[in-house]
Amino acid sequence: MSAEIYKEIILDYYRHPRNYGKLENYDISARDTNPLCGDEVEMRIKVSDGGKIGEIKFQGKGCAISQASASMLTEFAKEKPLEWVKGLSKEDVLKLLGNPDLGPARIKCALLGMKVIKTGVYQYLGAKLDDLSAGE
Amino acid sequence: MLKSQVLELERIRDDFPILKRKVKGKRLVYLDNAATTQKPRKVIDALVDYYERYNANAHRSLHTLGIEATEEFERSRRGAAEFIHASPKEIIFTRGTTESINLVRFAWAEEHVKKDDTILLTLMEHHSNIVPWQLVARRNGAKLKFIELDANGRLKMDEIEEEIERSPRLVAVTQCSNVLGTINDAARICRRARKAGSLSVIDGAQSVPHMPVSVSEVGCDFFAFSGHKMLGPTGIGVLYGRRELLEEMAPFQGGGEMIREVHLDGAKWNDVPYKFEAGTADIAGAIGLLAAIEYLSEIGMEKVRRHDVELLRYAIDTLKGIKGLQLYGPERAEERSGVVSFNLADVHPHDLATILDGEGVEIRSGHHCAQPLMEWLRVPATSRASFHVYNSYDDIDALKAGLEKAREVFRL
Repeated sequence: MSAEIYKEIILDYYRHPRNYGKLENYDISARDTNPLCGDEVEMRIKVSDGGKIGEIKFQGKGCAISQASASMLTEFAKEKPLEWVKGLSKEDVLKLLGNPDLGPARIKCALLGMKVIKTGVYQYLGAKLDDLSAGE
Repeated sequence: MLKSQVLELERIRDDFPILKRKVKGKRLVYLDNAATTQKPRKVIDALVDYYERYNANAHRSLHTLGIEATEEFERSRRGAAEFIHASPKEIIFTRGTTESINLVRFAWAEEHVKKDDTILLTLMEHHSNIVPWQLVARRNGAKLKFIELDANGRLKMDEIEEEIERSPRLVAVTQCSNVLGTINDAARICRRARKAGSLSVIDGAQSVPHMPVSVSEVGCDFFAFSGHKMLGPTGIGVLYGRRELLEEMAPFQGGGEMIREVHLDGAKWNDVPYKFEAGTADIAGAIGLLAAIEYLSEIGMEKVRRHDVELLRYAIDTLKGIKGLQLYGPERAEERSGVVSFNLADVHPHDLATILDGEGVEIRSGHHCAQPLMEWLRVPATSRASFHVYNSYDDIDALKAGLEKAREVFRL
């Protein structure tokens, strides 16, 4: 875990986050923070016909890893069925980030966005949050 | 290579076994001393010696080992007392600064802080000197008032003096900010508080490890500090309390050691300070703390302080030269202890810490348990480099090189 994790793509999404903002018209809203470092991510989703993720936007503050991964996730999730979120895993997120070896201290930053989207979608689906941490 | 004008660094660095290890294949540059310091061989040996030679419970067992353990435990109390110019009966061993402050909360404030009383704090307090008072206020209906800082991160002294005139129930102030390094004039604050009939609690977690401290000169009612930030072990800390107050106060926790007599219908409390030390203490921790105190005293706290100032001057000058770097806290090294907080352009402190770690440079990043201060600085977090006796100019040069690397990685 050192400078090598900061791939070009992470810096790009950190400085130019895609889908950044706040949906005014939404069905799902979730927010979470990482108490250790104060990273913060909030997501809002408009569910489209057929139970798919229609529009999705995020807001937040924190390190490059947490903000870039949240932004990438919003792009990745768009147009996917809500049920798809259940299968979302740590490996998916790491792949989006270019497969860096993040180490135990920073993996939580990378997974914050995934936790938020899962929390929101699970609540919407009325599902239990038990397997929320399954992906970690 | 610049040499310290104050300390024999090579000899001192030799005393700390951990400094020989490598991090990511690089020389360990440990700059997270405000979080916890490394331990000299003398402290490690004292712990091992206790466990290998005279491990027994203190103040209980009448056998040889018990007598030796008790004698060393009490010698540690006398050492801690002497170190901060107090009397041994005024030294209560705790787990650390946080528990010390919470002891004041439970054994004094819960009973004496009433509805609409004011507890005076500052914006630069550590959470451990905020949250206990928030809990008291919530329970007893008291009000908290926070004194602001000037643009350089110094406490607004005229404002705190004005507020003390209104006789708050309690004034709880840090002697030294763990983020800005700002040294507060605790003696002046406590003098005013005493005059106004207010009690004072001083958080000495960052001052005792870095400068000579005399609680009799400060004139506070309570004073808290930790062993692990001053080369001692984790798990041991001290609460100093003025004797008259301790005598009147209710116990903190109930259990063994803190009682004189226990009957089915009640109990009589032990004398101070034992009344506040329920259960088996961290005997090894206290003995380790004494070794740390002896180690620091051999160097001399005046010298420790001068070394800090020397490093601070160099660090401030060096970091100022890095493009895009924002420094926080007083500009003059004399006004602060060995702590430097900063941010580099749009690089988040956690990313910075990760990149520096790759170079073997260990700093702290985050809110430093001082979120109200972060809000005042209008930043979510900062990076912080903090020094102790084994740090050198080379360490600051390594920090600089790491920061230049971060500029590259982040294409600044």
